[in-house]
Amino acid sequence: MNSAVDVVTDEVRKRHRVVIRFAGDSGDGMQLTGDRFTAEAAAFGNDLSTLPNYPAEIRAPHGTLAGVSSFQLHFADYDILTPGDRPDVLVAMNPAALKANAADLPAGGVLIVDTDEFTPRNLAKVGYATDPLEDGSLAPYTVHRVAMTTLTTSALAPLGIGKKEAERSKNMFALGLLSWMYSRPTEGTERWLREKFARRPEIAEANVVAFRTGHAYGETTEAFAVRTEVSPAVLPDGTYRQVTGNTALAYGIVAAGQRFGLPVFLGSYPITPASDILHELSRLKRFEVTTFQAEDEIAGIGAAIGAAYGGALGVTTTSGPGLSLKSEALGLAVMIELPLLVVDVQRGGPSTGLPTKTEQSDLLQAVFGRNGESPVPVVAPSSPADAFDAAVDAVRIAVTYRTPVLLLSDGAIANGSEPWRLPDAGELVATPVAFQSEPNGPDGQFLPYARDTETLARPWTVPGTPGMEHRVGGLEKADGTGNISYDGDNHERMVRLRQAKVDGISVPDLEVDDPTGDAQVLVLGWGSTFGPIGAAVRRLRAAGHAVARAHVRHLNPLPANTEAVLRSYRRVVVPEMNLGQLAFLLQGRFALPVVSVTKVAGLPFGAAELEDRLQPHLTDDERIEVPA
Amino acid sequence: MTAIDLGMPQLGGLDLVPTADDVQKAKDYTSDQEVRWCPGCGDYAVLAAVRSFLPTLSIRRENTVFVSGIGCSSRFPYYLDTYGMHSIHGRAPAIATGLAISRPDLSVFVVTGDGDALSIGGNHLIHALRRNVNVTILLFNNRIYGLTKGQYSPTSEVGKVTKSTPMGSLDHPFNPVSLALGAEATFVGRAMDSDRKGLTAVLEAAARHRGASLVEIYQDCPIFNDGSFDVLRRPDDSESRVIPVVAGQPITFGNEGRWAVVRRGFGLRVAPTAEVAPEDVVVHDPADLELSFALSRLSDQELDHAVFGVLRQVDRPTYDDATRAQVQQAVDGGGDDLIGLLHGRDTWTVRDGAVLPHTTTGDSAR
Repeated sequence: MNSAVDVVTDEVRKRHRVVIRFAGDSGDGMQLTGDRFTAEAAAFGNDLSTLPNYPAEIRAPHGTLAGVSSFQLHFADYDILTPGDRPDVLVAMNPAALKANAADLPAGGVLIVDTDEFTPRNLAKVGYATDPLEDGSLAPYTVHRVAMTTLTTSALAPLGIGKKEAERSKNMFALGLLSWMYSRPTEGTERWLREKFARRPEIAEANVVAFRTGHAYGETTEAFAVRTEVSPAVLPDGTYRQVTGNTALAYGIVAAGQRFGLPVFLGSYPITPASDILHELSRLKRFEVTTFQAEDEIAGIGAAIGAAYGGALGVTTTSGPGLSLKSEALGLAVMIELPLLVVDVQRGGPSTGLPTKTEQSDLLQAVFGRNGESPVPVVAPSSPADAFDAAVDAVRIAVTYRTPVLLLSDGAIANGSEPWRLPDAGELVATPVAFQSEPNGPDGQFLPYARDTETLARPWTVPGTPGMEHRVGGLEKADGTGNISYDGDNHERMVRLRQAKVDGISVPDLEVDDPTGDAQVLVLGWGSTFGPIGAAVRRLRAAGHAVARAHVRHLNPLPANTEAVLRSYRRVVVPEMNLGQLAFLLQGRFALPVVSVTKVAGLPFGAAELEDRLQPHLTDDERIEVPA
Repeated sequence: MTAIDLGMPQLGGLDLVPTADDVQKAKDYTSDQEVRWCPGCGDYAVLAAVRSFLPTLSIRRENTVFVSGIGCSSRFPYYLDTYGMHSIHGRAPAIATGLAISRPDLSVFVVTGDGDALSIGGNHLIHALRRNVNVTILLFNNRIYGLTKGQYSPTSEVGKVTKSTPMGSLDHPFNPVSLALGAEATFVGRAMDSDRKGLTAVLEAAARHRGASLVEIYQDCPIFNDGSFDVLRRPDDSESRVIPVVAGQPITFGNEGRWAVVRRGFGLRVAPTAEVAPEDVVVHDPADLELSFALSRLSDQELDHAVFGVLRQVDRPTYDDATRAQVQQAVDGGGDDLIGLLHGRDTWTVRDGAVLPHTTTGDSAR
């Protein structure tokens, strides 16, 4: 079996890129299968991008459309930007998975089905009047009918494990088959299975056997004679690993703690799709990371504020509904001007909304969603790997300016993965924070609200510092002393000072990508639309259009050159996964027209879809006229 | 005082807090801020007691932090020259939890009221108690909302006529001590604002207790609930009502101990001492949860009886000690450094336009 990887007699076809979608019941292990295939692609050196898509129910009724879980992986020999629009290969583990996904498979696509699951009962469950495997409806596709369940259970029969356990290994059969078809390395998966099930060696063995059986099935079955190869991608020089957005974000928090010499304190309450950050950080205690699973969202941020008051890097992680609950405490952090990182992994809303689907609809909540004039810096990563840098940058702002900072990730970034060019030690230089331990006012007085003239940051003085005892709180502070003040003039001054501090945060200028230099239209995005916009713009340029693009990482404050950049184009188009929140913000800030292109369907824009949506705005000369 | 040792080192509540070099006085703990409570407010008495009791702890002033929520009593931190945070409504226990976990060298107090702690912040209170975070919670119970001008609170008696309940309140009140005991508190005490000696004794025991301590302080709001505890203050009325308890002592009270607490079924009752056998008089044991709870049930909303003193005290591992121990264990255990963490196990390198073979490192500490 191990030698199978080196077989050279079979026919090999080269492809630049392939999109595979694994689809099955939510108990079929499709996410795990996709993760492993992704790891294999990464180990091989491909560029890759992934899109998990699963229901909010942990185990929806078996075999139903509601229970279909899928994982799409795009891997290539060049730098790609999205998880791919439509799969080249669809693996459907049951009729429901076929029904839910078949429409996305283009004509000529490869369809692999587990025939064992195509029983009359399962077909009826999802409303198939006739068996699609027999009625000719799948004629446009290259269909591979594979009895995955029985092939798996018979291969595992000698191991003597139960039928149910044996059947559960069929996802590894599918992975083995696909690994054969796409010439993937297999050692990593076998090693991973043995480690994952180290405590249950019989289950590890069953999965390895199923994996090998699928691989051997591909090797020996004529239908799969042609293997496909996707060469490694030559990305910019560097050392890479595959990473998901939630993991990269968690690592960014750890790196930021080390960089600023602060122990990390995470106060968090489990919520999809942010919980994995809590899980990841809870395993990293050796980096002086404390994780506190609080009784609710408010306690999560409250404890983080308490820890920040004590001199830790206070962090809280959540998703939209949790951010709503944290609003009041976030306002307190604005008032007491302490560093705090608030991570919102956005999902479909309002209310509970679509917990497992992605959206960018918390932008205005992040920027404005508190009582009073309550400015909070907002930073958004643009891809899974970028979540690391964005987290470090957000903490830089929090620590430098003594302010809570909102880091706006989303479901697509959180669960998606891609190669990450790792920072080297030189990029992780430590610059420890200096707490204020000496009086800063006249006559040896300590003024907790005296400000740094450049950053307008107030001193961070922690309890335990003698002679600097002071009180902070949510009531308006007197400028300088921080005592309670109900004075109107003082309030006016403090409101403007807090605003000026955030407005004055140093953020890099917006960089414009305009290769021909004569584009009339700028496509401006933020957050996880980075990939789809990049891919769509590539297509438009390939079709001969001159189009510029730029991506906003700092949503508050916006880069200083934002208005100038926007005004230098005849039209600005802003694609977003909401109903136009950045567009609204830009129009309000700069009083200039912006074209909004929006989608809230729970999935990212596809490259072709966005190309189609952008096209009219490039060519319709009448619409391009900017009103005087 | 009886205490159950559950295997944790016998640390007191203040044993990790640096001690003061000099003798301190109440004045040292008095801030320069003008106290702005209504004349006659019970908060004054509590503030005076706290200012004079803090120096007796002999810990450094700068290592003392008062965290409060919202309400009249929550202005407390401004009037003490320690570190402090006047936070938001109901959340002080959560904020104090984060502070106490990250700073073992601090003595952390929470100041809260019946509305703050039991209504909007009820969740945080019960979880701080069950986790046994090393904080001392002062719950000022005046059975009314004062700062919002006189609505009924979760400890107001049924039928309370207030601005928001002109026909009388309908909801059954909490008994804060019973609630704390149900929330697995390891220290629960009660005191009266005007009883300087009793209040100081309970506060000191609470501060020295390692773990979460809840002290309910009965306190008058002269503006919106005047005289609410008068039956416990007037000698004639209080004689048969106020039940002080001391660990290891038989529970008798009143003039010349003429009343006694005796068992009734699973609970307790008050009987004339002369009518019961001496061996039937209950001896107070703060480690006996059932007894503590039964004592708490003697205090009803009509205040026919009210138990004062340390009702419960046991040792149990504290959440903050255990959390720090886990982190320390992980730090001591070592493992890869930051670069190692970021690299993980599977990496590949691109150099001069070529993809080098990927590397897999051995099993890391992950």
